[in-house]
Amino acid sequence: MTATTMITVPPRPTNPLDRLRWALTDGWVVGRTNLFHWRRNPGLITQCLMYPVMTVVFGFVFGSAMVVAGGGSYREFLMPGLFGQTMMFGIITTMMVTSSATAKGMTDRFRTMPMAQTGVALGRCVADLVTSVFELIILVVCALLVGWRFHHGLGPALGALGLLLLFRFALVWAGIFFGLILPVEAVGAGYVPLLPLTMLANTFVSPTQMPPWLGAIAEWNPVSATVAACRELFGNPGVVGDSWAAQHAMLLAFAWPAVIMLVFVPLSIRRYRNLER
Amino acid sequence: MTENVIDRWSPAPDPAAGEAVTAARDGAAIVMAGLSKRYGDVTALDGVDLVVPPGAVCGLLGPNGAGKTTAVRILSTLTRPDSGTALVGGIDVTRDPDEVRRRIGVTGQRTTVDDILTGRENLETWGRLYHIGVRTARRRADELLEQFGLADAATRMVRQYSGGMRRRLDLAVGFLLRPQVLFLDEPTTALDPHSRNEVWQVVASMAAQGTTVLLTTQYLEEADRLASQIAVLDHGRMIAQGTPDELKSRIGGHRIDVVLGGDGAVARTARGLARVVGAEPEVDAAASRISVPVRDQVTTLHDVMRWLHDNEVEVEDVAVRRPTLDDVFLSVTGHGADVGRAAA
Ligand SMILES: Nc1ncnc2c1ncn2[C@@H]1O[C@H](COP(=O)(O)OP(=O)(O)OP(=O)(O)O)[C@@H](O)[C@H]1O
Ligand SMILES: [Mg+2]
Repeated sequence: MTATTMITVPPRPTNPLDRLRWALTDGWVVGRTNLFHWRRNPGLITQCLMYPVMTVVFGFVFGSAMVVAGGGSYREFLMPGLFGQTMMFGIITTMMVTSSATAKGMTDRFRTMPMAQTGVALGRCVADLVTSVFELIILVVCALLVGWRFHHGLGPALGALGLLLLFRFALVWAGIFFGLILPVEAVGAGYVPLLPLTMLANTFVSPTQMPPWLGAIAEWNPVSATVAACRELFGNPGVVGDSWAAQHAMLLAFAWPAVIMLVFVPLSIRRYRNLER
Repeated sequence: MTENVIDRWSPAPDPAAGEAVTAARDGAAIVMAGLSKRYGDVTALDGVDLVVPPGAVCGLLGPNGAGKTTAVRILSTLTRPDSGTALVGGIDVTRDPDEVRRRIGVTGQRTTVDDILTGRENLETWGRLYHIGVRTARRRADELLEQFGLADAATRMVRQYSGGMRRRLDLAVGFLLRPQVLFLDEPTTALDPHSRNEVWQVVASMAAQGTTVLLTTQYLEEADRLASQIAVLDHGRMIAQGTPDELKSRIGGHRIDVVLGGDGAVARTARGLARVVGAEPEVDAAASRISVPVRDQVTTLHDVMRWLHDNEVEVEDVAVRRPTLDDVFLSVTGHGADVGRAAA
């Protein structure tokens, strides 16, 4: 028996820049394994896109019968709402993967590694954002096929997609937190509270057409801010309302994700550190 | 059975925490001193003391719910103890978990390899998460695939692996660093005998490379086969510690189980057999079963059979078997592992 010839692990860096590099490396390594899943199991993508693509088609079918507040085509109005809703539903994927990895003991194994405390969460961000980029590309293509257009040029349109991804990025952190505290079965039922939350917004109907109290809630819904800002940037109809929230949609499209992250980044990291069985 | 308790097998006297810490300074790989952990009403660990010297293989033996996983979780920085000290490689796990993580490998009770990745990709990924560099991670992955008999399956998705292959890959991940200390939580649970044997070989080869191993198990045979030191946990308490030989001499070697048929005069037969083997048999009156400890397998079996024959005892079944965890509990606590559970 010889003395252990252990492979030496470098100590965790202390200076902030090296720490960031360390965390990003972990995030990339964890995230890329998730991307293998998409590559080897393309069925997953189809599964994810079924709902939004179907809604695009429904929007196309019923679009002509709907009236948009402030005038304009309902199809043009609807598409940014669908993009926003898809981003919001993405939180279910985040929760699902996090919760099942935790149930399987995978999260615990990560926790025994000399990784950055944010490494696993950043991995989720990488994986979920790459997925969201693909989702958005497919949705935009479908939307263009059914007659949706952006009117202010490519720059603002890409800016709008950026806002959608920012919203998704913030939600990844909320998803991680809930994925760490909820069992898999509870996460599976996540659509139940989430569906009304995505409807109680400006996604399908303008809040100005709702009863005032409902409209007020809808206007303050974080997804509404992102969707309204996107409509503005795409040049789509439905940017109406004289409440503060409706007037400052662009500001809120940045502020809401910031607030969500301010709350859920520390919460999810703390939860990860102190995870119990 | 209680009258011939050998002192070293009575519950270990509480070594003061200070003594245990001194042992760590002397280079112990693992130290638990007065370690306690409660979950609500359940006391998962109740003042556990254990010192494992470097290079040793320690078998942590106990029935379901004894606290084995809790001990491993504390030592591998996953859970904080309520009180007591835990040192790994001389480092306090609660004060400096990062330092501990740099030198341990952990394979939990459930396999945590990724089904969709190949065996090599799994190893490479975990290797990179140790921050040992992509090239070292790759080299190590190849070495381990070879060492653990997975070279042929290296580029196959783990989804297609057998239960035994999956376990071995999981163990390989734990052994990526050739770590100073390796924790294995029930490494052979739910494996068929063939795969179990493969895992035993793998664990032995890891220990042979100088790694200190703490493995938990519910099987006495497994601890006996792999460990140089055995600690028995029950209800979060350490009820016995020592070498496998000490443990075996405490509980006797093999057993002869005699099941009586017909009306079966169990008590009379038990008394008779006690005289034949010179030791107190365990009696399960309800099942008409008498379990006799064996000194020398062949002669004792012969003596038992002859006595049964001479006394015209109606016998339904006679079997020679290895001692089990239950026998350990019977000899140490006076009740079986399951009985203890039910009474708790
Ligand atoms: N997170 C928890 N919450 C509540 N009780 C817990 C928790 N973790 C463990 N316990 C309890 O602590 C006790 C010890 O559990 P532990 O998992 O350490 O036992 P074990 O020896 O590993 O058992 P097994 O052989 O079944 O794996 C059990 O009674 C268990 O129910
Ligand atoms: Mg356990």
